[in-house]
Amino acid sequence: MPSLGPDMEAGTLVEWLVKPGDRVKRGDVVAVVDTQKGAIEVEIYQPGQIEKILVDLDTKVPVGTPLAELREEGERLPAAAAAPKPPTTPAVAPTAPPAGPAPVRMQAPAVAAAPMTAAGGRASPAARRLAEAQGVDLSTIAGSGPGGAIIYADVEQRIGKTVAVAGKRPAPSLNLAAMRTAIAVAMARSKREIPHYYLEHQVDVTACEQWLTQKNATRPPDNRLLIGALAVKAVALAARRFPAFNGFYRDNKFEPAPAVHVGIAITIRGGGLAAPALHDADQLPLDELMGRMRDLVQRMRAGRIRSSELSDPTITTSSLGERGVEALYGIIYPPQVAIVGFGKVMARPWVVDGAIGPRSIVTTTLSGDHRVTDGHAGALFLAEIGKLLQEPDKL
Amino acid sequence: MQAETLEITYREAVREAIRDAIRRDERVFLMGEDVGRYGGCYAVSKGLLAEFGPDRIRDTPLSESGFTGAGIGAAMAGMRPIVELMTVNFSLLALDQILNNAATVRHMSGNQFGVPLVIRMATGAGRQLAAQHSHSLEGWYAHIPGIKVLAPATLEDARGMLWTALQDPDPVLIFENVMLYNMAGKLAADASAVDIDKAAVRRTGRDISLITYGGSLWKTLEAATALAGENIEAEVIDLRSLRPLDDATIMASVTKTRRAVIVDEGWRSGSLAAEIAMRIVEQAFWSLDAPIGRVCSEEAPVPYARHLEQAAIPQAAKIVVAAKATLGRA
Repeated sequence: MPSLGPDMEAGTLVEWLVKPGDRVKRGDVVAVVDTQKGAIEVEIYQPGQIEKILVDLDTKVPVGTPLAELREEGERLPAAAAAPKPPTTPAVAPTAPPAGPAPVRMQAPAVAAAPMTAAGGRASPAARRLAEAQGVDLSTIAGSGPGGAIIYADVEQRIGKTVAVAGKRPAPSLNLAAMRTAIAVAMARSKREIPHYYLEHQVDVTACEQWLTQKNATRPPDNRLLIGALAVKAVALAARRFPAFNGFYRDNKFEPAPAVHVGIAITIRGGGLAAPALHDADQLPLDELMGRMRDLVQRMRAGRIRSSELSDPTITTSSLGERGVEALYGIIYPPQVAIVGFGKVMARPWVVDGAIGPRSIVTTTLSGDHRVTDGHAGALFLAEIGKLLQEPDKL
Repeated sequence: MQAETLEITYREAVREAIRDAIRRDERVFLMGEDVGRYGGCYAVSKGLLAEFGPDRIRDTPLSESGFTGAGIGAAMAGMRPIVELMTVNFSLLALDQILNNAATVRHMSGNQFGVPLVIRMATGAGRQLAAQHSHSLEGWYAHIPGIKVLAPATLEDARGMLWTALQDPDPVLIFENVMLYNMAGKLAADASAVDIDKAAVRRTGRDISLITYGGSLWKTLEAATALAGENIEAEVIDLRSLRPLDDATIMASVTKTRRAVIVDEGWRSGSLAAEIAMRIVEQAFWSLDAPIGRVCSEEAPVPYARHLEQAAIPQAAKIVVAAKATLGRA
């Protein structure tokens, strides 16, 4: 019985489309299964000959139950004499396997997985207790204990609490290996659990560039505004107007966040990546937002980030414009439900007011969680970001 | 202020404890195989027969059940006997007396009689005495309600536990690891009785609790030193009393370090180490960061050949490996 959805635990076999002796090839529909979502056709993945039907019609069986036995091409029928004799006279039909190649059990891979946490859910009792007390989501932590288990110190590190133990601890620094493990855990979970949809939109940022040139003309380099700050502010304002993109998907439901904390993806030399939060980004004047972004990047790269900044983002932005690519399609950082990507600002021939002229164009993308929003809402959200960037003085 | 100290061996510390007890209390006498003329098979009682005479230092026939029973009767009648059994392996001949009489008389007599008896015996491997003289069965005795079981690992405890044990109204068994008799060190000249119901923290640390007793204490301390070289601070607990176990000291340590490895020269299955691990799970589960580890003896009779004998029992290197596994470090 294949898993036909993450919440499916059992299915009822309502129709067999094959019978013993039938030859099947990959992709053939062999049965129909009734689930909570309606009747679903079951395909077969291996060619061969149906050996035996194991589940009768109108029988409800748990996910993972073999439905039929399939004999692969080239397999011989077992010689009856070769079958091992049970040691005593069987009272029921013998279940001893036939000699020779065993029939392949037809069993779709179970798609539904247990709730994903690091290392298959391993966390020490001490870590679990601390995480519960502090409201930390263990599935977002990479473990450093035996077998990759999450231990007390891992949770403590997330909380950012220093250990009140006498004696020397190594100075805090970025553990890139642990960070890589954390990225692996979070991204694998995201791609496993979140049905992403992707939208892309070309935004004319010529107005932004002109406005920035004017603003920055009289400023020393340290105080100059960068287009990235405008982009973050635009995302934050749009997220406030479209709350379905700002929040968390937990326990099979979406919880919109009361505030907008935009996660800023920051690369770290040596192979690290993190997206700490710029708190209340929608409320910040641009200069302050720019200052906080600089501070965040500096502290992140120095390994002096606050735990709340790591756990609070309600939506993430990522920009690879500096690296010269035109677009990026982000992977949502769970339990968030959206990530907005910005590519490089490109000078392009563009039609404005009926005439072709050079304009500065940036490709913005949205990766959305289809469990929470649909492409239609995503399009409105992405278009809103584009619109906001047309009037930089109002950001 | 530092009291005057003596250079002394563990063997001499035990002997001093016996001498002190015989001098202080006229009801005390020592009884066992070869304790008199031969001076004890581990030479613990050497010289005592000459000093105290045959009423106080009594050689017995090779009959553990008989003389242990005599000790029980003497204790019930008001004496304070110290019975020496050569090794824990031989003590099995007296197990009926210890379990069915010594440990139960107070219960069976409705508290009319008690057995204030002390039984000393040697335990442990390492002297190439082969499988009939080398086992560590103190964990079996720690299973028995009605008796106390002690494992002095230091000179202070070798010197100080006996007197306190003799004051106890019920039977006390003292296990002396054979590898400790030659251990020499400094002991305060005025060393005297010590408590017999508390575990001792022999080294403090924050990363892991190594829980042990008896002869394994020194291997465990050696392992802790090696671990410190790898920036792992191990706390070493010397149980001292195997029954009753000092749960409070164990749990305080494990709650702090969140990890534990138990080092026990007994065989692993059904061991004292298993009992301690279970108590930790019962009382400190929510403080744990890793599965509890154990370093026990291999489940085979202790071999005679030296390299095999050493391979069969806990060693510092094995303790280091177990401790690091608990910390997730290979």
